[in-house]
Amino acid sequence: MHFLANPARFLKIARPLTPWLGWSGALLVAVGVGVGLFVAPPDYLQGESVRIIYIHVPAAWLGMAGWTGIALASLMQLVWRHPLAGVAARAIAVPGGVFAALCLATGSLWGRPTWGTYWEWDGRLTSMLILLFLYVAYGALANADRERGGEGRATAIFGLIGAINIPVIRYSVDWWRTLHQGKSIGVAGSSIDSAMLWPLLISALGFSLLFGAIVLMRMRADLARTKIEARLRRMAA
Amino acid sequence: MIFSPRPKAKHQRLVLLLVAIAAMVGAVLLAMSAMKDQASYFYAPGDVVRRGLPLDRAVRIGGMVREGSLERLRDGTTIRFVVGDETEATIPVTFTGIVPDLFREGSGMVAEGRFRPDGSFVASEILAKHDENYMPPKLGPQGDRHESGTLE
Repeated sequence: MHFLANPARFLKIARPLTPWLGWSGALLVAVGVGVGLFVAPPDYLQGESVRIIYIHVPAAWLGMAGWTGIALASLMQLVWRHPLAGVAARAIAVPGGVFAALCLATGSLWGRPTWGTYWEWDGRLTSMLILLFLYVAYGALANADRERGGEGRATAIFGLIGAINIPVIRYSVDWWRTLHQGKSIGVAGSSIDSAMLWPLLISALGFSLLFGAIVLMRMRADLARTKIEARLRRMAA
Repeated sequence: MIFSPRPKAKHQRLVLLLVAIAAMVGAVLLAMSAMKDQASYFYAPGDVVRRGLPLDRAVRIGGMVREGSLERLRDGTTIRFVVGDETEATIPVTFTGIVPDLFREGSGMVAEGRFRPDGSFVASEILAKHDENYMPPKLGPQGDRHESGTLE
C-alpha cells in the first residue's frame, strides 16, 4: 500500500488497469447473467423468478463490500494519513450505493411473486435499506467536505462508524427471525444447486471487476480535479 | 514510511481508533442482543408457548405449515392449517383470502393477525417464506419431499 501513496505511481498502474478490469468484468457479467437468464434451470418452487439472484446477490455482496472498503480506507486515512485513502473511499461511495439500491429494487421485485409482498420491515430488509441511506449520507458529507476544502476527517469517521451496519446485515437472518431466507452460501458449502451456483459466482466476479474499474475511474477523475484546482489556484495567485 | 514523519503519533492514532471501534462494536452487540425479541419479525409457535399469548395486539407468527393439516372450508375462501416449528408447539390458523403461490404444506409462512383466547390464530394476511435452498424442478419434491428445518 505504501508505494501507492504517490499519486503519480498510482496513476501509472491505475490507467492501464482500468480497461482490463472494465472489459473482463463486462464479459464475465454477460456470461454469468446470460447463462443465468437463458441456460440455468428454474427453481422447483419459485419457478423463473429465481433468475433475479444473478443480479440481486452480487449487488447485495458489492453493496456490503463497498462499505467495508470505505471503512478500511477511512482507517488508513485516519491512522496512516494515506493520501489516496480518502480518494478511494469517496470513489467507492457511488457504485456502492448504486449496488445497494439495485439489491433493494431487485429483491422487492422478487418478493412480490415469492413472499406475496414488495416490502416488509424485517431485520434483513431494514438493515439493507439503512445501508443505502448511509451511502447517501456519506456522499453528501464527502461532497460538502470537499467543497469546503477540508481534510475529510469527519467523512472518514462516518465511514468507520457506518461499518457497524455491515455485520448487522450479515447476521440479521441468524440473530432475528426474518422473512428473508438465511444464507445459502457459506464456508461449509452452498444450498444452491451447482447449475445455478456457477453462473451466480461468475456474475458476482464480473460485477466485482466492474466495480473495481468504476472505482479506479472515479479515483483518477478525483485526482485530476484536485490537480486542476491546484493549477487554477496557482494561476490566480 | 513515506507519508508519516512521526511514527509515534501514527501509533497513538491507531490505538485510539482501535479502542473506539472496540467500544462501538461492544455497544452495538449489546443493543442487538437486547433487541433480540423486538427486532424479530414474527413469533414462532415455541416463542408463544414460552412467552404466553399476546392477545392485546396484532402480531405475526411464522413457521412451517404442517403436512396434511391444510383444509379448505365449505365457503371456498377460508383455509385452516396448523403451524409448527422445531419445538412441539403448534398453532391452529384460519385465514380468509388469497395466499401467495408459494404457500403450501411443508413450507414456511408468516401470518399477521390476532390470537383468540383459546390459542388459535386468525390471520388477516399471509406471506410465504422461502428457505435457503435453490434447485431445479427435477430434484424437487416429486417423490422425496422437500424438508427444511430452519425458521430463521
